[in-house]
Amino acid sequence: MSAEPQFFDKPGGFVGKPIVRVEGREKVTGRAKYSAEFPLPGLTYGVLATSTIAKGKIMSIETAAATREPGVIAVLTHQNLPKLAKTPNTPEGKKDTGSQMGFMPLTSDEIFYAAQPVALVVADTLEHAMHAATLVKITYQKAAPIASFHDPKAELFDPQKIQDGKADGHIRRGDAKGAFASSAIQLTATYNHPVYNHNPMEPGSTTAVWDAPDRLTVYESTQGVTRTQSTLSAMLGLPREQVRVITKYLGGGFGCKGSMWPHTILTVQAAKAVGRPVKLMLTRPQMFTSMGHREDQTQTVQLGATADGKITSIVHTKTSTTSPWDNYAESNAKILDMLYATPNFEATYQLARANVMTSTFMRAPGEAPGSFAIECSMDDLAYKIGVDPIEIRLRNYADHDYSTGKPWSSKSLKQCYARGAELFGWSKRNPKPGATRDGRFLVGMGMATASYPVHNSQGTARARLYADGHAVVQSGATDLGTGTYTVMTQVAADSLGLPLEKVRFELGDTQLPTAPNSGGSVAAGTVSSSVYLAAQDVWQKLIKMAIVDKKSPLYKAKAEDVAVEKGRLFLKKDPKKGEAFGDLMKRADITDIEGMAQGKYGSGYEAASAAANADPAHKDEAAQHAMHSFGAHFCEVRVDMDLGTIRVSKWVSVMGAGRILNAQTARSQIIGGAIFGIGSALMEETVRDQNFSRYTNADLAGYHVPVNADIPNITVEFVDEHDPFINAMGVKGIGEISMVGVAAAVGNAVFHATGKRLRDLPLTPDKVLMSGVNS
Amino acid sequence: MNNFAYTQAASTKEATAAKAADKQAAFIGGGTALIDLMKSNIEQHSLLIDINKLSMLGIENAATGLRIGALERMSDVGEHPLVVQNYPVISQSLLASASPQLRNMASMGGNLLQRTRCGYFRDTAFPCNKRQPGSGCPALVGDNRTLAILGGSASCIATHASDLAVALVALEARLTLESPKGTTRTVPLADFYKLPGATPNIENHLQPGELITAITVPAAAHARKSHYLKVRDRASYAYALVSAAVGLDVQGGTIRSARVALGGVGTVPWRVLAVEKYLVGKPATEENFRAAAALAVRDAKPYEHNKFKLELAQRTIVRALLEVV
Ligand SMILES: Cc1cc2nc3c(=O)[nH]c(=O)nc-3n(C[C@H](O)[C@H](O)[C@H](O)COP(=O)(O)OP(=O)(O)OC[C@H]3O[C@@H](n4cnc5c(N)ncnc54)[C@H](O)[C@@H]3O)c2cc1C
Ligand code: SF4
Repeated sequence: MSAEPQFFDKPGGFVGKPIVRVEGREKVTGRAKYSAEFPLPGLTYGVLATSTIAKGKIMSIETAAATREPGVIAVLTHQNLPKLAKTPNTPEGKKDTGSQMGFMPLTSDEIFYAAQPVALVVADTLEHAMHAATLVKITYQKAAPIASFHDPKAELFDPQKIQDGKADGHIRRGDAKGAFASSAIQLTATYNHPVYNHNPMEPGSTTAVWDAPDRLTVYESTQGVTRTQSTLSAMLGLPREQVRVITKYLGGGFGCKGSMWPHTILTVQAAKAVGRPVKLMLTRPQMFTSMGHREDQTQTVQLGATADGKITSIVHTKTSTTSPWDNYAESNAKILDMLYATPNFEATYQLARANVMTSTFMRAPGEAPGSFAIECSMDDLAYKIGVDPIEIRLRNYADHDYSTGKPWSSKSLKQCYARGAELFGWSKRNPKPGATRDGRFLVGMGMATASYPVHNSQGTARARLYADGHAVVQSGATDLGTGTYTVMTQVAADSLGLPLEKVRFELGDTQLPTAPNSGGSVAAGTVSSSVYLAAQDVWQKLIKMAIVDKKSPLYKAKAEDVAVEKGRLFLKKDPKKGEAFGDLMKRADITDIEGMAQGKYGSGYEAASAAANADPAHKDEAAQHAMHSFGAHFCEVRVDMDLGTIRVSKWVSVMGAGRILNAQTARSQIIGGAIFGIGSALMEETVRDQNFSRYTNADLAGYHVPVNADIPNITVEFVDEHDPFINAMGVKGIGEISMVGVAAAVGNAVFHATGKRLRDLPLTPDKVLMSGVNS
Repeated sequence: MNNFAYTQAASTKEATAAKAADKQAAFIGGGTALIDLMKSNIEQHSLLIDINKLSMLGIENAATGLRIGALERMSDVGEHPLVVQNYPVISQSLLASASPQLRNMASMGGNLLQRTRCGYFRDTAFPCNKRQPGSGCPALVGDNRTLAILGGSASCIATHASDLAVALVALEARLTLESPKGTTRTVPLADFYKLPGATPNIENHLQPGELITAITVPAAAHARKSHYLKVRDRASYAYALVSAAVGLDVQGGTIRSARVALGGVGTVPWRVLAVEKYLVGKPATEENFRAAAALAVRDAKPYEHNKFKLELAQRTIVRALLEVV
């Protein structure tokens, strides 16, 4: 492996092209195996029975009726489940296991949240297990639960740190309160957000097989096989290499599959207990209470500005609900801190413990709600001083990162504004709110800025090139369904000078070289860099072979004088002198050759040693540059002035996100994020009953995600952006920025349409109506 | 879901007899409502009597109007030219329901017997008077945004979920019912449903073993000029927050007859006779529609989260009426 950072430069190849998914055929023909689809001999089925109360104690469990049912193999409860080597129930246990939730169900008789698992039934068929699970009779001693921070009984506290101490709960730059108090313009606004659930199409599922008493294979629906492996090995007290985790295909994750949740280890324990493989797939209702959610929260933004609209200060507070054990809150403040040229900034968090499971990262955690707050407030500021929403953003354009004082590694935001406005037809917008009508519809146009950070990350890949002209390239990454297989095949093909169909890319297995979680938008940049560098490692080895091979035209050349293109090694100064790698390898009588490399992303690439030594919470800051992708969303809505319904009628997103690996899968990511964000703006909401602390709409009939009829044609463009600081491929992630600012663009369009500012998501017809439209 | 037996009935007689013989038995049409309820353990049935082989079919002009066999699928009825032309409100109510896949499977009879979407009813961990008589109604002081403002009681305020039923009630449709004895009777759909009162678990006047075999709808000028408007949280595939089924016969600018029913606001499909009465004899103007619509919610009792329905119901009626003048 070369010590120098190398940078991918292979124009005209497959990278960037709209290549269709290499695994598409597997998927549409049903041959792609998801984690609950491995037909193993002796497979049994696990079904969870869950708590009907949200707080209290189990007084008795009656399992006899369930056990008697035909086909039932075991009914496991806290009384008879094999003990774990380590649970996350203590702060140390939580740290060692890397669990998102500091609590493991079925370790005691206590109930902390509604639908907490209380028993696991294993049977020979799914139907037997489902039925038997309903026969487990439990009596509880009930206590009154606390449902959220809104609950009058809830106690608010200042957590100091959020995300298990990984993020600061206080941010202070300058004198934000003082500057706000003395600002010519002072805007204060409060934003409310409901609980959201990720609801990937594929529910969480686990198939656990004990290959030997101390050797385990798990087919898992996870965004990161490595993290799951490490959690399992800690909980089970097994060496990591005795735990294998496989995820060949994933039906979405959005963050809920980013860490390991209780159902996985319970399935593993059940497999141990019954001595057979066990498969468990969560039901859709269980998906609302098994893999985290985005927490219910309220944010207040105080925005101070000069009379001509230059921000002087932002004061941000967030109050949200957390579980009985963990201090988890999305860090909304980060984006408010860096998005504009804000000289004074302050942010604080407040939490309240309630009888809910621990919330977790969900697509653009922090940035999604945070951008709603800042981008609606910026819109308010634009109207307040009477300038165009784009103009107010340009007046406050951050030419460097005010939150760190560092220069940007690259930033194409101005181009995004300009190109987005052009594609959208922004110039046709009547600046006056509530003034554009089409029959009974009020028409509005809104926009918002998007940004997402480049998080420090690293991973490894292996490339094996065969003399016959094909290659197998591997990295233990995950394809969430978004195109990892495809883009890595493209990168490998270009890096190895092979046609696409001669490259097989393998992922999703802990036996492969380690890759990071597919989360935080790090996967594309990290894995592509690893793949590219692994190919470079192959070439370096071949060059070394050639220059000592008497029969090679490159014999006795210096390694640094040799270049490679399309699989041919040649002298830079005399390109005619050279040979194809196949000829070299055949002469040496080797069938294949392997390269390995570690790819780094973000600060790890730019400032590798500083990042390596930084404390985990501050690794991103080790870089000399501030690293972010940026973009702009433009939205047109039609609001029915009588009925209060909002329909998005036009959408444009323009992004500057470094090198785009595949024009088609990238476009799909941005479309997906826009739809995700429109859902969060207009309809998604998990409703928690305030007396029972239990959800009342935990299924896809009650929890509305957008359907086709809700979504117009979406126009996506990427701005050409070259960033040599972020990784060897110059790639920034796009999975999350795609939804940052989306809800704000919708909200801003609704304001422009109606003249009513709605700050409580989602913007359902009742809220529009009650705001006084057409009254 | 519990274990159950399955049988396919060869005749209506066989079907009704099997049902009469087993109190825990259920007919299964498309199964789109029933199987959900069984999977969620809301209903337990010992025996499913498959009625899909029965000849309760046909979408045709009968002596007094339209006759639809109870086994016709929602999609077939919704797209049938006879229905589209002469009873647009029925077609529209069907095509605004559920999803194409569900409509291809779901039967007319089954649609009318679907059960409420009240979230407390749908999760057996909650108390619910409708599911478990006497256990209480958490919706009264809980999440009642989608629940009823009309026809509720201290026991239950669950909304009736069917769109079709709203259209049919507006057009004074009748059900043909066949008993285990082989006798048939017809009942107005409006009288078929029962208000919750103190027994929200009993939702209609179906007698033990009775089978819905057909639906009849009288032909009328107001049926030809009819419209279904459904307001919901997303553009498609969602139950109504509020819906209105309306029909008008306007001659020379004056309303000769009017039909107005509301969905999403009542514990049963809610015909508003006062609105109809107000409209008849008056000019078909927006002003009159507004004045009439105000009468629709005179007796409404809203709860914490569904107050908006008072306003939305009126606006939905007005907008729907404007569609048919
Ligand atoms: C996700 C989802 C969304 C939906 N959205 C809507 C919507 O927007 N609007 C709407 O109106 N509906 C909606 N529905 C409900 C749907 O219309 C019903 O599920 C369907 O109409 C039921 O018909 P079925 O034939 O499948 O009934 P089944 O499930 O077979 O039966 C339902 C009930 O009727 C009984 N039954 C069936 N046929 C007869 C008969 N001939 N005589 C006596 N009893 C009988 C059964 O025993 C059972 O109790 C939705 C359903 C789902 C699952
Ligand atoms: S409204 Fe009716 S269905 Fe809903 S909880 Fe109350 S009793 Fe049950």
